[in-house]
Amino acid sequence: MMPIATPETLAEDEAPVAATGAESLVEVRDLKVHFRTPGRQVQAVNGVDLSLARGEVLTILGESGSGKSVTLRSLMRLLPEQRTLLSGRVRVAGEDILAMSRGELSRYRGSIASMIFQEPMLAFDPVFRIGDQIAETVRRHEGVSHAEGLARALELFELVRIPSAKRRLSNYPHELSGGMSQRAMIALALSCRPRLLLADEPTTALDATVQIQILLLLRDLQRELGMSVIFVTHDMGVANEISDRIAVMYAGRVVETGTVDAVIGRPRHPYTLGLMQSRASGELRGRRLSAIPGSPPDMASPPPGCAFAARCPRAVEACREAVPELRSPGEQHLAACFRLDNAEDR
Amino acid sequence: MNNYFLKRILYVIPITLAVSFFCFSLVHLSPGDPMDAVVSPDAPSEVVAMVQSAYGFDRPLPEQFALWVSRAVQGDLGLSAANGRAVTSEVFSALKNTLILAIAASMIGFTMGCTFGTLAGYFQGSWLDRLVTGFAVGGVSIPHYWLGMLLVIIFSVELRWIPSSGAGPGSSSDWAFEWAYLRHLILPAVTLSVIPMGVVTRTVRAMVADILAHEFVEALRAKGLAERRVFLHVVKNVAPTALAVMGLQLGYLLGGSILVETVFSWPGTGLLLNNAIFQRDLPILQGTILVLALFFVALNLIVDLAQARLDPRIQRG
Repeated sequence: MMPIATPETLAEDEAPVAATGAESLVEVRDLKVHFRTPGRQVQAVNGVDLSLARGEVLTILGESGSGKSVTLRSLMRLLPEQRTLLSGRVRVAGEDILAMSRGELSRYRGSIASMIFQEPMLAFDPVFRIGDQIAETVRRHEGVSHAEGLARALELFELVRIPSAKRRLSNYPHELSGGMSQRAMIALALSCRPRLLLADEPTTALDATVQIQILLLLRDLQRELGMSVIFVTHDMGVANEISDRIAVMYAGRVVETGTVDAVIGRPRHPYTLGLMQSRASGELRGRRLSAIPGSPPDMASPPPGCAFAARCPRAVEACREAVPELRSPGEQHLAACFRLDNAEDR
Repeated sequence: MNNYFLKRILYVIPITLAVSFFCFSLVHLSPGDPMDAVVSPDAPSEVVAMVQSAYGFDRPLPEQFALWVSRAVQGDLGLSAANGRAVTSEVFSALKNTLILAIAASMIGFTMGCTFGTLAGYFQGSWLDRLVTGFAVGGVSIPHYWLGMLLVIIFSVELRWIPSSGAGPGSSSDWAFEWAYLRHLILPAVTLSVIPMGVVTRTVRAMVADILAHEFVEALRAKGLAERRVFLHVVKNVAPTALAVMGLQLGYLLGGSILVETVFSWPGTGLLLNNAIFQRDLPILQGTILVLALFFVALNLIVDLAQARLDPRIQRG
């Protein structure tokens, strides 16, 4: 069943916080995700706000441990329930994800929002045929027969350009190459025409040439089907290639967000600047790469102020005392830094 | 795929030959003269020589082996040295009893093992897991002949609920699916089920916990499958390994119930072997070991074929 937005939820969706003028599909407000482990609590995500318009592609950029994958999984509530404390508000297509019952959640997963994973080879059940795994999903959400599910799987295989699609349907996961299984994973994710596609580093585990093919495929499909996509990556090149907007995460917070042009073209947060400078490119041949000194804070006991202060060349006393709010240094651009006005003195 | 099946079935031939060679030679390597069982120590040497040639013990070992194998293929395992009866019929009537016992014990052990193992694997680290694991370790560690005697003391001697020995009323060796026979089966079957229960519990627990940690389980949830359906995927992934362990356990139950059958005087192959060892009854020993070993070979074949059917990755090898 398709969720129908009530007037009330529509009103909320049209709240002025949406980063673009279009109607927004995803609204995340003050999302906090804490993991309970014996003896300590890890604050993986600490108050993230995100919004995503229909048909828009947002990239969450960050290093490992920044909370980007955890944020993505929160949108589907895929984190282990007993050990996870979730708070804040997560709305997708007008539905309150954090308030959903188990049954509602399983109807929502795979039909309104679906996910593709970093290691496609590991994301399929090894002892079931690929075609059956897709058909199973279609049956689950659309109540069709297995044969109809398989017919849909064949259409999808052709959509994601898998050669000799029919034969591939009866393959087992180990019989496909990495690129092929990521295509199959995309086919699976698209099987019930989701409105939101969540992609967790879908190209990281692939060869460079295959990466580009998968990226182009995703971009084409996104345009063709008009989906919204949230793309998680640590690769700025990938972010630049595929997204409309970028949110840079550091230590469980969004530190800079805006259009691709703004974030990649005129980065203002010192962390984003550092990321840009530590990128390898042809012009740098023969020179030493500059890396950001230090390492991210321990999220079991994050510092009271800006989490980046310890590694930041511009940090002043104020940075260590309070967490900076997101401020706007330009149109469609937000950065969480006290020293935005002093961007020149670096 | 059929190639694998054919190859696996053909493997049985050399394995069987090797197994029968070992059966034959192990018995001949062990100390003691088989003639002791047949003739009294003070018999005249002509009598000994006559009996020796009647049983074929005077011929060279390779010839004895060839003769034994060629007869065994035709279903003739020779005559018992102790009582002169045909080994084949002795072994098969004992085997039937052992099978009844082993199947009963494995039904108890495998059902409990799979249930406990799955629960413990799903709730890894919980009090339930710790309880079940403790139980399983206990099951594997307790010597089953000791447990058997304990159960006899409690249920037969003290409470007088169920009989402690034999396979049925009187000394009958027939068996029927009736309470009169079933009540004899309870104690030995429960005793024998404890080890496979422990082993299967531990295997299934480890496998379930391992599979649940795989990324594809998260992916199954991410595509909206209900927990019941996810469980089905977990079962199919655990099944090949669990099946292999259960097949081996059933094999051990067939051959390894010697002590339990002795404690409960269960007229199976274990008791037969036990008696044959004490009487130096070589033909019975050889015949029983051979039949049990072949059973083991057949069981392994079935397990391998079933595994290959369940797990597509196996056929590659």
